[in-house]
Amino acid sequence: MTASPMSPQGPAGPDDEGGRLAENIVHFARLLREAGLSVGPGQILDALQAARAGCLRGREDFYWALHSVFVTARDQHPVFDQAFKAFWRQPRMLEQLMALMLPEIAIKANPPKKRSGERRLGEAMFDEANAPKREQQQEVELDASFSFSADELLRRKDFEQMSVEEQAEARAAIARLRLDRVEVPTRRFTPSHAGTRVDLRRTMRSSLRSGGNLIDLQWRARQTREPPLVVLCDISGSMSGYTRMFLHFLHALTNDRDRVQVFLFGTRLTNITRQLERRDVDEALDAVSETVEDWSGGTRIGHCLREFNYLWARRVLTQGAHVLIITDGLDREDAGDLELEMARLKRAARRVVWLNPLLRFDGFEARARGIRTMLPHVDEFRPVHNLESLEDLASALSYSRKAEYDPRRWLEKARAA
Amino acid sequence: MMRDLPASIDDTVDLLNSARYVADRALATVVFLSLRMGRPLFLEGEAGVGKTEIAKVLADALGRRLIRLQCYEGLDVASAVYEWNYPAQMVEIRLAEASGDIDRERMTSDIFSERFLIKRPLLQALEAPDGLAPVLLIDELDRTDEAFEAFLLEVLSDFQVTVPELETIVAEHPPIVIITSNRTREVHDALKRRCLYHWVGYPDTARELAIVEARAPEAAGDLAQEVVAFVQALRGEDLFKRPGVAETLDWVSALHELDRVALDPATINDTLGVLLKYQDDIARMEGSEAQRLLSQIQAEIKAEANR
Repeated sequence: MTASPMSPQGPAGPDDEGGRLAENIVHFARLLREAGLSVGPGQILDALQAARAGCLRGREDFYWALHSVFVTARDQHPVFDQAFKAFWRQPRMLEQLMALMLPEIAIKANPPKKRSGERRLGEAMFDEANAPKREQQQEVELDASFSFSADELLRRKDFEQMSVEEQAEARAAIARLRLDRVEVPTRRFTPSHAGTRVDLRRTMRSSLRSGGNLIDLQWRARQTREPPLVVLCDISGSMSGYTRMFLHFLHALTNDRDRVQVFLFGTRLTNITRQLERRDVDEALDAVSETVEDWSGGTRIGHCLREFNYLWARRVLTQGAHVLIITDGLDREDAGDLELEMARLKRAARRVVWLNPLLRFDGFEARARGIRTMLPHVDEFRPVHNLESLEDLASALSYSRKAEYDPRRWLEKARAA
Repeated sequence: MMRDLPASIDDTVDLLNSARYVADRALATVVFLSLRMGRPLFLEGEAGVGKTEIAKVLADALGRRLIRLQCYEGLDVASAVYEWNYPAQMVEIRLAEASGDIDRERMTSDIFSERFLIKRPLLQALEAPDGLAPVLLIDELDRTDEAFEAFLLEVLSDFQVTVPELETIVAEHPPIVIITSNRTREVHDALKRRCLYHWVGYPDTARELAIVEARAPEAAGDLAQEVVAFVQALRGEDLFKRPGVAETLDWVSALHELDRVALDPATINDTLGVLLKYQDDIARMEGSEAQRLLSQIQAEIKAEANR
């Protein structure tokens, strides 16, 4: 840690008596909270205790004492550092400082933000007005297609080809979508009649109920749990027709299961898990669009995968995670890096599934270099362009080895051509 | 040898030094506060920067028992806190049966008495024979699952454990708790808040040199200087896994075993596996890269000496 505490001048150091120190720490905590750290009242008391612990000579000791209480993650350090430097120099100017120091936060806090419900409200009212018209249209559609219900048509329709109205319906369908639970055994046990191991603790207890006369074996089995899921979704220009639909899907996914991590990539990698965790889909997507800086730009898959491997893989790919990569694989860059990073990803994950919207074309061939580089390192290669393919995803996560989705099939074809 | 808790930060630095741990002021401050306030100390940082070592050193320097709980996925109460000795209990029941003397009340209280209780690390840590609380090291907490983390919350805030068949066991002298995490997973805020937090980073050149001198005094001065400069330079390279202090110390002793008194490109190539643990990284640094780095640091050391 390389923070250098500031010059020794200013009030309210650790030697201060009673009230004023407490008061200053409370103000300081408020400043930190304003700056985005989660500071609770318990921590304020701790900080006071730490500051009074005695034998804290000079500002550096005081700095690290407060640091150990208020900072709970590495990335909070710079914020604390700035706040400390500013505050403990001139605590009297707290109000002005907060305005000066945190312009970004001030802007974020107050803006005349468009309420996320607004658009939905508008749509709802608009739909109301047009309701009769839509019914008519649907009738026509039904007439035109004898074999498929409207619902089925929607399920097979390419997201890119959908009208605004159909997209809304698809979004609603996605919000209702629940992937089947795919569970793997963990190392924990749970009582079970069908178990294969004797549960000695419960056996002992139950046998005592009869005074130890009868030993009634109790069984236990491994608990199962969904493996963590990590999604890497491409948002570059070539994918833009699908991005919004995928985001809806990812939102539904994040809120449906625990241990889902979602990353978006184009020219850079962004973790949007926290944003997606908001319950309301519009609010979540608003937050996402504020966070992501490279919408519809180019693609640097190798570069982004590398960033993922270096910064995140060790943290999110633990406990046998599944990885979903959603991209068309059209990369602008040299394939050397991509090969290395895909191989690395494959080694770290339990299973890598590639969802590619290009597969919607009947004549699809694995010609592009990026695609050919990535294919050997995935377990499954599937289409993802309509509701049906999204619904099918459950089987992708359950080790089904359908020949249809075997990536080698495409490679052989490409080689033969 | 037993020692009192340090009375000041300077004392803490001395204490750690006496056990050959070279700490910077920031770390000494949180260690001091954690001892003074009786709070668990939560240490995060890359692998091999000396997080676990702090617990060992504290136990050693303070003359306390070290109790270590190594975390892993699926760690449960039975292996972390306590378990009953079932075979012995079964035998006891059979014996009682054979003697025809079955009084259910007494039997239950006999069977579930401390005689049959197997104490695991967390329960052991609540005991302080001769009034000396042990040092409890909860190592690599990020490897457990959330369920165990939630259980720890209770233990760490009240220092008590409930054994339903017996009673609630409360620590008279709470243990000194050190928790480490390599950040393979984010640990929940609720737990971190009960602790004092510190990020242990890589040491700078001067401190790493002091560490090498304290821990591996057999290395000749020049070699130590070269090794530290090389490792420091290596950390600036674009590597998948950068070497920690533990690797530096390993390297020093490896070179010592090979009777080397100075670095040369061939030796570096042969021993690179001590420092780097990924094939990609080794392939990257082998040969001309290592040589470039070596001549770079040798030039720097020379320039430093001439000044």
